[in-house]
Amino acid sequence: MNNQAVMGNFTDVNVLMHAAEKIRDAGYTDFDIFTPYPVHGLDKVMGVKRTILPYISFGAGATGLMTAIGLMYWTGAVDYKLSIGGKPFFSAFFGLPIMFELTILLTALATFGGLWYLCGLPRWYNEYQHDEGFRRAQDDIFVVSIFSTDKRFSLDTAKHLLTELHASDVRVVDAQV
Amino acid sequence: MNSAVSASLSADSTQSKALHDAFNDEPLREPLVLGKPTLHDVTRKVLDIIESKPNIKFLAALSVTLMMALWGGVCIAYTIAEGVGVWGLNSPVFWGWDITNFVFWIGIGHAGTLISAILFLFRQKWRTAINRSAEAMTIFAVVCALTFVLMHTGRQWLFHWLLPYPNQMNMWVNFRSPLMWDVFAVNTYGTVSLLFWFTGLVPDFATARNFVKSKIASKIYSIFSLGWTGSARHWHTYEMAYMIFAGISTPLVLSVHTVVSFDFATSVIPGWHTTIFPPYFVAGAIFSGFAMVMTLLIIAREILGLKDYITLKHLDNMNKIILATGMMVGYAYAMEFFIAWYSGNTYERFVFINRATGDYAWSYWIMISCNVISPQVYWFKKLRRNVPLMFIISIFVNIGMWFERFTIISTSLHHDYLPSSWGYYSPTWVEISIFIGSFGIFLTLFLLFAKFVPMLAIAEIKSVLPGSQPKHHHHDEQH
Repeated sequence: MNNQAVMGNFTDVNVLMHAAEKIRDAGYTDFDIFTPYPVHGLDKVMGVKRTILPYISFGAGATGLMTAIGLMYWTGAVDYKLSIGGKPFFSAFFGLPIMFELTILLTALATFGGLWYLCGLPRWYNEYQHDEGFRRAQDDIFVVSIFSTDKRFSLDTAKHLLTELHASDVRVVDAQV
Repeated sequence: MNSAVSASLSADSTQSKALHDAFNDEPLREPLVLGKPTLHDVTRKVLDIIESKPNIKFLAALSVTLMMALWGGVCIAYTIAEGVGVWGLNSPVFWGWDITNFVFWIGIGHAGTLISAILFLFRQKWRTAINRSAEAMTIFAVVCALTFVLMHTGRQWLFHWLLPYPNQMNMWVNFRSPLMWDVFAVNTYGTVSLLFWFTGLVPDFATARNFVKSKIASKIYSIFSLGWTGSARHWHTYEMAYMIFAGISTPLVLSVHTVVSFDFATSVIPGWHTTIFPPYFVAGAIFSGFAMVMTLLIIAREILGLKDYITLKHLDNMNKIILATGMMVGYAYAMEFFIAWYSGNTYERFVFINRATGDYAWSYWIMISCNVISPQVYWFKKLRRNVPLMFIISIFVNIGMWFERFTIISTSLHHDYLPSSWGYYSPTWVEISIFIGSFGIFLTLFLLFAKFVPMLAIAEIKSVLPGSQPKHHHHDEQH
């Protein structure tokens, strides 16, 4: 059987917050809320775990710093010593700007790459993109979606729960692959 | 409001609720967006710009800027073919309009990063209306700046010699040179600005993807949107990424103009060899960048009808920043002069007196009047909100900041230690043309951006509309 999702729309952000909390409390883990803009605190209410992105960024930043030091030390003080004005072959002082820039550069690249990797993007399509309500989540509504892949999923319970939480247009959407 | 939520709200103390409501419902502060638009209105407003047929004014403007860019391109080709001898550079003035323009354009970019990163960290919500276009401006300005540094190298086809790569000569680049630092700083700056800008654009591309009528346009936006759905789980990571970008861009923007100033400050030329240069250059960069943002946004809000989004409050705030940074720049001018006298160094003293009274005095006084005197009108709120006036002042500041760089470069070089080697520099038509061409490139890119890319940060504006964020949910914050 194809995957399915039970979706419901919300327009009031406070009602949405309440609904998100209740769905989490009901024990669902495989549900999502699509919003046109970041809603503060929604991730916490949904029980989203803190992202590991900062560790990726930090790791890349440290790598950038090491690369810069290694590059300048090896090229200047090991591989080809070139005396210019009697200045030292390597020093943290003249090296500082490049150490800094490479740290920033690698942090930025890793943050960018890590963000999309952790989000599972880019993707060519989404299996629910044919649903008009789902698309409107980029405009002016919040769409709560409980996926059939959740281990405690049952169509009726999910529909009932969303209706009870004051979602409008509660519907079952079939995934199109 | 839903009854269950009301119940959960009233569980909190009524006093704090009243206080909270007062802040949320009554406009103690001027609203960030006028006319109380709904979420859908914001979407439409921005997409209407993209979907509107380009009118005759737009096409006329575009053809003029393209023409300028093309002419600049021709002169660049001429410079490459003939060598930099076609410029007015001479001994002792080996740096002229090329480096002036480089520093000018890099400086312009700084306002974009300041708005997107520093104001984000300071939770200045008013930035949402202007950050997108200011960031775009940053990237286009960096493109122009790169053109000039590339041109000034002389043998432009050997630009890869600036990069550390293993080569047949077994030689490496000289990391002790500030010009090398520049290569890393400017390229890092360009790359990070582009990534930051693009990351901010992804949710808005997704909005465009879903709602533009043209099938082809939707496909193109679809590619750039990376398949964004607005999932709260994605927003969680996204906001973290945004924070990290802001966090690293803040020191980055300060470092870039610092490194640019090192090109001068680490030399031993009188008038350049000063420790005040890094902060002085950074303040000047932000000053000039905001002036350019002003110039462009005043035109854009007029033509595209964005007065409800880019409000007088935004312009007022930017004018305050122009005033503040203008004062810093003015302080730096005075302090430079003072230190030249106080140091007791004859050469330093001479260079500064020569700046104000010598061959380039005209340039010095243009700089002082545009940068120090003209922003003083912004002490008055009425004048900070006078659109025609601020348009004129923003142009003045643009001019003044260009002359600042010109003054620093030519006055220090044309008269240095030995009177026998003194000279004078003026540009040739080639240099002037390339400068005009750089404006052509900049404005062409900006026009195309305004037409095809969501010009206002849709998602960010939605997130600061009144009522768009939940009212103190008890799970919200710990404190």
